[in-house]
Amino acid sequence: MAETESLCIVVVESDPDRARLIVDSLELSGDHEIIVIAAESALARRVTELEPDVVLVDIRSPSRDALEELALASGPLERPVAMFVDKSEAGLTRAAIEAGVSAYVVDGLRPERIKPVIDAAIARFQMFQQMRSELEATKLALQERKVIDRAKGILMKARNIDEDAAYALLRKTAMAQGKKVAEVAESLVMAAGMLS
Amino acid sequence: MNTVELSLGYIPLVDAAPLIVAREVGFAEEEGIAFDLNKAPSWSMLRDMLAHRQVDAAHMLSPVPIASALGLGGAPAQFDVLSIMSVNGDVIGVSTALAERMRDAGFEFGFTDAEAAGRALIGAADGPLRVGVPFPFSMHAELLFYWLGALGLAAPQALSVRTVPPPLMATAIADGDIDAFCVGEPWGSIAVEDGVGTLLLPGAAIWAFAPEKVLAVRKGWAEDEPDLSARVIRAVWRAGRWLDDQRNRQIASEILAREIHLDVPAEILDRALSGHFIVSGAGEHRSWPEFVTFHDGAAAFPWRSQAAWIGNMLAARTGLDRQAAMQAARQVFRSDLHRRALSSLSVDLPGASEKLEGGLGEPQEVASQFGSLILRRDAFFDGRIFDLSKTE
Repeated sequence: MAETESLCIVVVESDPDRARLIVDSLELSGDHEIIVIAAESALARRVTELEPDVVLVDIRSPSRDALEELALASGPLERPVAMFVDKSEAGLTRAAIEAGVSAYVVDGLRPERIKPVIDAAIARFQMFQQMRSELEATKLALQERKVIDRAKGILMKARNIDEDAAYALLRKTAMAQGKKVAEVAESLVMAAGMLS
Repeated sequence: MNTVELSLGYIPLVDAAPLIVAREVGFAEEEGIAFDLNKAPSWSMLRDMLAHRQVDAAHMLSPVPIASALGLGGAPAQFDVLSIMSVNGDVIGVSTALAERMRDAGFEFGFTDAEAAGRALIGAADGPLRVGVPFPFSMHAELLFYWLGALGLAAPQALSVRTVPPPLMATAIADGDIDAFCVGEPWGSIAVEDGVGTLLLPGAAIWAFAPEKVLAVRKGWAEDEPDLSARVIRAVWRAGRWLDDQRNRQIASEILAREIHLDVPAEILDRALSGHFIVSGAGEHRSWPEFVTFHDGAAAFPWRSQAAWIGNMLAARTGLDRQAAMQAARQVFRSDLHRRALSSLSVDLPGASEKLEGGLGEPQEVASQFGSLILRRDAFFDGRIFDLSKTE
C-alpha cells in the first residue's frame, strides 16, 4: 500500500450525533474513507467484510470484546487486526484509553500513518468526556439548588422568616459544622420529611 | 497497620463476589486495604486497564493471562495469577427454536448429563452450530471446544464459537446470529427471563472443577509489592471462605444486587449462588448443587496443572507448540506466591502444586502441609485424565 493512499476507518458508534462529530474530526486529519457502524450485533463479521485499516470504538462499549476475535483471524482472506498498543509507543495508547477510545489497527501499518488519526480521535473523545463531566456537574448543581430551595421554604414556614434570613441561617449552620450548604439543606429536608 | 488504597477492576458478574465481599464484609479492611473497585465495560478493557496501570489487580478470565503469555490476541502486557477467584459457574443455553427441536427429538433437559445433552444438541443442529461466548480466551470457549470436540463436532467446520458480549447475547439469539451460548451468571438466567433461551447444562457437567476466574496482577507487581500482594491474596481468600459458608449466600446475593455492583435483582443472583435454576420460559426447575465454588476443596489454589491444561487447549486450536505452551502457562499460575501469602494464616494447603486434572471421580483426601485435605471431584464428562507427567 502506498504511503499516500487514504485509510479506511470504521467507527463503531450507536449515537448518530456523536458519530457525526467523530467523522468530522477524522476528516480533518486526512483524506480517509470513514464508515460508521451503529448496530452492535454481528460486529466482528461486519468489520471483517469492510476490511478496514483502523477501527475506532468507545471503550465503554461492551461490543469491544467482539473485536478481540479479529486479532485471531488467520484465514487466507482475513486480515489480522492487532490492538494499537502492540504497535506504538505506550504513551499514545494510554492517552487513548484515558480519553475513552480504543483503536484496532491492521498489522503492518506504519505508526506515523496512524498517528494523526488516533490524535484526532483522542482529541474528540476528550471533548466528549469533558462534555459529560460538565453535564454531570450541571445536573448536580441543579439538584443542590432544588434541595436548598426546599430547605429555605421549610425554614421560612417554621420560623416565620423571609427567604434571605432562611438562606443566611443555612449558611451559618453549614459554616459552623464545616459542611456545604447543600448538605445541611439535605439533612433538614430529610428530617422535616420524617417529622411531617 | 496503615490502610492503603488499592484499585481493582472487575466485570459485574456473580463470580466477582470475592472482591465485592472482601470490601463490603470487611476482609480487605482487616488486611489494612481499602478496595477501590472499578467496574469495567468489557474484558478487553479490563485487561488493558490492568496493563496500563489504571488498576493494580483484576478479576480475569482464567485463560486471558495464559493467552497473553503465549502472545495470543491483543496482549499489551504479561500477567501473574495470584489466586483462583472462582471454580465453575458457567451455564450453557440454547435458543428457543433449538430447544423445541431437541424436545421434539425426545430430550428432556435434565441439566446433568453432558454427553446426552451434547448428542441431543448436535442432533438438532441444522448446519454448523454457532455458539456465543463472552471472550475468545475464556473457560466458556475451552469447555465448548473440549465437550463438543469429544463428541465429534469439529471446529471450525461444524462448530463456530463467536464472541458475543453478554449484554448483547439476548439480541444475538433473537436475531438468529447464534444458536446457543455459554456465559457466566447472571446472564444465563437473564436470557431465560427475557424468554430467548433455555438452559441446557452447567459448565461443571463438562469439567467438574474448572478454574473460571482468577485474581490477576501485572507480571512482577507481586514481587515489587510483596507485602501488599500477600494482603490482597489473604483478603480475597477470606472472602471466598465466607462465601462458601452456605448460610452467607443469601446475604451475598443482596450485597451483589446493589446498584453500585451488579444492579440485578437478588432473586436472579440467588439462582447461581444456591444452584437452583429456572431453566426455561415454562418455569421448569433444575438444580446443580455447588454451581459456583470460591473456597472449598482448595478452590482458591492456583494449580500449575490447571494452567497447563488451558495452555494445551489454546495451543491445540491456534497451532502453537503444545509443550512450549504448557511450560509457559505453568509459570503464569503463581502457586508459590499464593502459598507464601497464606503461610501466616496456618491455612492447610495442598502439598503439591500440580495434580492430575480430571483424576477424581469422587472427593478425595490428599497430602497437605498439615496432614490431609479433601479435594473435590474434578472429573471430565468423558472420563479423560490430563496427566502433565505423561504429556512430556
